[in-house]
Amino acid sequence: MLAFLVQRISQAFLVMFVISVIAFAIQDGLGDPLQQMVGMSVSEEEREALRDELGLNDPIVVQYLRFAGNALQGDLGNSYFYSKPTLEVIAEHLPATLELVIGASLIIVFLSVPIGVYAAIRPQAWLSKFFMGISTVGISIPVFLTAIVLIQLFSIGVTVNWFPSDTGWGQWFNDFFSTDGGMPSYGRGGDLVHLFGTWESGLFTSEGLAHLVLPCVSLASIMLPLFIRLIRAEMMEVLQSDYIRYARAKGLSAGRINFLHALKNTMLPVITVGGVQIGIMVAYTILTETVFQWPGLGLMFLEAITRSDIPLIVAYLMVVGLIFVVTNTVVDLVYGLVNPTVKLTGKKA
Amino acid sequence: MTTATVSRWDRFRESFVWYSFKRDKVAIISFLVLLLMVLAAIFAPLLAPANPYDLAQINIMNSEMPPVGLDGADPAFPLGTDAQGRDLLSTILYGTRVSLMIGFGAVLLQAVLGILFGLMAGYLGGKVDAILMRIADVQLSFSTLMVAIIVGAVFKASFGNLMFGEIAIYMLIFIIGIAEWPQIARTVRASVLAEKKKEYVEAARVMGFGTRRIMFRHILPNTLSPIFVIATVQIANAIISEAALSFLGLGMPETQPSLGSLIKSGFDYIQSGSWWITLIPGLVLVVLVLVINLLGDWLRDVMNPRLYKG
Repeated sequence: MLAFLVQRISQAFLVMFVISVIAFAIQDGLGDPLQQMVGMSVSEEEREALRDELGLNDPIVVQYLRFAGNALQGDLGNSYFYSKPTLEVIAEHLPATLELVIGASLIIVFLSVPIGVYAAIRPQAWLSKFFMGISTVGISIPVFLTAIVLIQLFSIGVTVNWFPSDTGWGQWFNDFFSTDGGMPSYGRGGDLVHLFGTWESGLFTSEGLAHLVLPCVSLASIMLPLFIRLIRAEMMEVLQSDYIRYARAKGLSAGRINFLHALKNTMLPVITVGGVQIGIMVAYTILTETVFQWPGLGLMFLEAITRSDIPLIVAYLMVVGLIFVVTNTVVDLVYGLVNPTVKLTGKKA
Repeated sequence: MTTATVSRWDRFRESFVWYSFKRDKVAIISFLVLLLMVLAAIFAPLLAPANPYDLAQINIMNSEMPPVGLDGADPAFPLGTDAQGRDLLSTILYGTRVSLMIGFGAVLLQAVLGILFGLMAGYLGGKVDAILMRIADVQLSFSTLMVAIIVGAVFKASFGNLMFGEIAIYMLIFIIGIAEWPQIARTVRASVLAEKKKEYVEAARVMGFGTRRIMFRHILPNTLSPIFVIATVQIANAIISEAALSFLGLGMPETQPSLGSLIKSGFDYIQSGSWWITLIPGLVLVVLVLVINLLGDWLRDVMNPRLYKG
């Protein structure tokens, strides 16, 4: 176990090192801090002197070590646009993204488990087939398109007049297919509650919660089909194992077998895969936040790209890289802890 | 020559793939829809009523016209027009062409990289395997979309907007190819590991064939069916990735739109009620990706290769 622990953690450090090298290469290749600092009128000699002073003429290894040393002390430079430390900017935008991810995760957990379990217990029921069909279609719809359709339906509203409106049933169908709209689809709303530090929360006011609904549903929509399929597949595999057949033979009730015995062993792989997926959700937050102008990390990153705000891009890469590495390592370690059959040499069984 | 092609055709007609295809309605319909879309994209210059790249044909007075069947529609524009007055049907035909080109191109690049690295990792083993698979693991744990977004962002920042727009189509093929190669490499490696132990490989080795010859001439042909399955799904993924990148403004420029950049440019006008500019290309994108995914599902069931979970 100790060897496994050491190996995983050293691998995490190695990955973080590679990320920092890439981030440094981007900073070194794209950003010439002199251009940002001085105007055209400064002579070449003065530029050279300034370069020396800033250490830009040092060997590349020395420059990298300085970059890494600063990064370890929590200094990733100043953002050109916000003119304050990049980590401060990131800390301001992080809570919005976290609330989005938390909301979406809740939707995923509370919908995927019951649907996945149901589809596994009754694979032939029409409702299961309906859910599986929906999830195949769901995988094929990009997250930004789901978001746009949600905006059209629930924010702008749709008026349908396909049916004759002078008859009672026609009017009823028209009303049935029309939507009111009115859901907020832009930003987080003005009614935020200050929690602590830079955390302004929208979780405690009705306005803040209303603004969360559409972005969270969009973000959840991309992961939900994956989880439903995963839970169904794992559950069906577990249901065919010997101990379940033994429990059936003993005459235990179906509910007890399904929810106590089978579900426990289904959730183990689901939790580990889920841990990794939550890290991957960060990529999808960029798309969701762009559609809804949600002032989180993803939108900040895209704006940094259009503004060529190199330090902020680099800082985002480092922070997101750290989040990925930490979640993956923790998930791996937890998996190693709860599943003793995992090969301790590090090769996945 | 002729006898060879005839017998190959006969072999195909008696094969299990054709047999199960004939009996699967979903597969047949998906295939026909895909064929229709690919043909429409290939022959877009002949089919499209207007050329969206030709500025002389665009009239800004025609902008934001609704599709036929709604108030204010013009029969000259069956699906309406976009905000610049371009005929939406034509832009969609040309856009599907761009999306498909990037999808196929990116998967071709992925396949070359994935087969090369997968074969090397699986057959050579040892250090090569460890290093290549570690890279693949790390890249996959970051999610391919994230890698593509970051690479795209760096390229865009270093080339500048104008330059990036001109070479966007090659850039996107490169970015998506680089971001997604681990998927194919892992599949290839898994099947190479299984093939490696078989007698014919042993025999080839005893006969003194070189490593490269055994890898490409003997093992590779036997790993083709899983590659085929995953490549199908990867085309759908590549088209979605391209649409996502274009939607973020890291992809095709509006002057040479793909389906993704059409959706993006239409999204700016959705609040003013012009839903068709964004939702019709969106529907085309979903149908395209869906039929490819359905075909991929069917292929996987038929060929049943050893695919990685997740």
